[in-house]
Amino acid sequence: MRRLLAVVIVVLALASSAAAFAIDPLPFKDAAQRDRFQNLTRDLRCMVCQDESLLSSNADFAKQLRRQIFDMMQQGKSDRQIKDWLVARYSTFILYDPPLAPSTIVLWFGTPAVLVAGGIVVIVLLRRRTRPADAIAEDAGDDW
Amino acid sequence: MSPELGQVALILALLLSGLQCLLPIIGAWRGSKPLMATASTLAIGQFTFVAMAFGILMWAFATNDFSVAYVAQNSNLSLPLFYKLAAVWGAHEGSLLLWMLILNLWTVALVAFGNRLPEAFFSRVIGVLGFVSFGFLLYMITTSNPFGRMLPAPGNGADLNPVLQDPGLTFHPPTLYMGYVGFSVAFAFAIAALLGGELKSTWVRWARPWTNAAWGFLTLGIVAGSAWAYYELGWGGWWFWDPVENASFMPWLIGAALIHAQAITDKRDGLRAWTLLLSIFGFAFSLLGTFLVRSGLLTSVHAFAFSPARGVFILVYLAVVVGGSLLLYALRAPKVTGGKSFALASRETLMVLGNLMLTVACAMVMLGTLYPLVGEALNIGRISVGPPYFGPLFMLLMTPLVLALPFGPLSRWGKADLTVWKRALARIVAMAVAAGIVGFLFGARGWHQLLGVTAATWVMAGVLFFAIKRWREAPRGKRYPFEMLGMMLAHFGIGVFIAGAILTRSMSVEQDVSMKPGSSVGIGPYAFRFEGVRELPGPNYRAEQGTMVITRDGAPVATLHPQKRTYTGGQVQTEAAIQAGVFRDLYVSLGDPLGDDAWSLRVYDKPFVRWIWGGGVLMMLGGFAVVLDKRFRLKRVEETETIRPHPAPATPRKLAEGEA
Repeated sequence: MRRLLAVVIVVLALASSAAAFAIDPLPFKDAAQRDRFQNLTRDLRCMVCQDESLLSSNADFAKQLRRQIFDMMQQGKSDRQIKDWLVARYSTFILYDPPLAPSTIVLWFGTPAVLVAGGIVVIVLLRRRTRPADAIAEDAGDDW
Repeated sequence: MSPELGQVALILALLLSGLQCLLPIIGAWRGSKPLMATASTLAIGQFTFVAMAFGILMWAFATNDFSVAYVAQNSNLSLPLFYKLAAVWGAHEGSLLLWMLILNLWTVALVAFGNRLPEAFFSRVIGVLGFVSFGFLLYMITTSNPFGRMLPAPGNGADLNPVLQDPGLTFHPPTLYMGYVGFSVAFAFAIAALLGGELKSTWVRWARPWTNAAWGFLTLGIVAGSAWAYYELGWGGWWFWDPVENASFMPWLIGAALIHAQAITDKRDGLRAWTLLLSIFGFAFSLLGTFLVRSGLLTSVHAFAFSPARGVFILVYLAVVVGGSLLLYALRAPKVTGGKSFALASRETLMVLGNLMLTVACAMVMLGTLYPLVGEALNIGRISVGPPYFGPLFMLLMTPLVLALPFGPLSRWGKADLTVWKRALARIVAMAVAAGIVGFLFGARGWHQLLGVTAATWVMAGVLFFAIKRWREAPRGKRYPFEMLGMMLAHFGIGVFIAGAILTRSMSVEQDVSMKPGSSVGIGPYAFRFEGVRELPGPNYRAEQGTMVITRDGAPVATLHPQKRTYTGGQVQTEAAIQAGVFRDLYVSLGDPLGDDAWSLRVYDKPFVRWIWGGGVLMMLGGFAVVLDKRFRLKRVEETETIRPHPAPATPRKLAEGEA
């Protein structure tokens, strides 16, 4: 049921999504707090949009959540605490950098694995194909 | 003109593309000259019908023929004519027709400029393009017909999506598709070489200008898309690692790798198999991009499952093209590694390492883009992968490439002169450090900004060092052939891009404010004074237009007019107002009325943001410059027995002119 509800919310949000990005004046204490807020919400997903950050989304969901995050910042909560609270409430789906978990092992280690595999291929290729520099004739011509 | 004629034209084009795939390839296989001779005629015939279909759809838009469902969904009586014509590719069916038209343009360009290729090879290339075309035409006719009728016709259309009512739209998809589809030419060359069992790799030289041109267009398409998102979405960002963006970035990365692999194979006969593989993957990623964007898969895996015909067709097509090509590759790719040998310190080694990093970066982007989709399909939980995943990984992977970049051109083929490396290293380090210090004196703080300045200078200084060395050593008139000029432009563009990307991110100030007429807000040295909002009528919208006066130390800098438009369909669209400059953009976007005459506004100071696109434009110019190189103009005799007969052999045609 919750799943179905989520689907309905997403569909409604998409159907009514105005393309405007959020402009949401919040009374920050100072520039540092504003930067911190922007950096934090830029890396969070707006749960009801197709692919927008919490910072830029104009959906009501995002507006309310931005306000809540803002309030938590005023209460002196750290980014870590805010993220933990969000994850407890909305699951890790809200994070644009998914934490390492059994389901994300391939995501995080896939690239290093490809790099190592490719590196081995390149090393083998270079070992087979390269010769000592003095055994190589100067390239005649323009060198281009 | 009846839209049914467009439908008929598409069906005729489908038939011709089938013949274009079969006859020339059979002709090349059986050595039959009459069959091979059909290649050009069939290609031109197919182009004629596709262009006719395209023209008929455009006519339907121009004349408001709302009995055509596609027109009714994407146009409106009050839509300006310019956007009516651009609306042809404003949605799924029409953009596929544009894809087809562009594929045919590339094919016809090949017929025009490539007709000095050996006849059998040329026939195979045209045949492979015919196959590509056949698949897409079949897809259009069976699942995505743009000429479907809607009866009774509505009195007025639903209007074009307002996000797309912008000059950027007229520009972005066609250039992007020129790039995507352009890789089909490199692909066709590779498949033709495999089919024909080419032992020599002369075909790679023939393919190079085409690959460079396609990559140049793709770069332009990505730049246009990024710039468009920046000013049209009222968002101020320029890249979000969104799946749609990634879809175009993957072929770009493979294309960049392919350009270099082709250079090695052309000059040193070095990476034959790898070049073939990259040619196949470049096109495969173009197809994957089309598939991702067009199947509805990105909106939701479930939406895809509900109306699967379109997605499944492309998926099967993708599987046939990629699987078939890889099978052919496995059977026919050169088993013997050939090529001139080289020392460990050489241009070859550096280019191979660059290829490695570019392809791994592509794999990383693919992993991050597809992972959430696969995860959702397999029910292992919903995952979001976004900028904090892609950004740092991409920077990590590109760091060795950027560090090595100045030394590639400075190394000779075969073996590098180590004293040149040392001299260059000393000067590049000196310039990069000096730039860092200058940046620091000008107020750059934080490792991000200093890193941006030094890394960008590193690359640009490397190019300058190379240019000076070349100026001194090469004889006058032969200093910078176009191929080299292209390299220098593109590499310098990377430096410009790095400066823009890193500095914009670390120096931007972005503020959402609530303002009443007469109040002002300060950002850095600039004061923004809000003068209120008034209503303005537009052709198919009503605009609320704000006025913002920007001053610096009391002296006026600019007066900006951000708009918020409400279109006839009820959609709301912001139009940011931007004071553009070489060193900074000042950006204002209008939000909502907050009551009591107050409005919410977003004001930005974005230093160096233009450098991002400036760098991209330089890379694009680099790709196009290479096309002009004399080396790529086909000589009349390559292999005497297979040369195509030519009626007027006296005047050698210029291969490259007019391609860019």
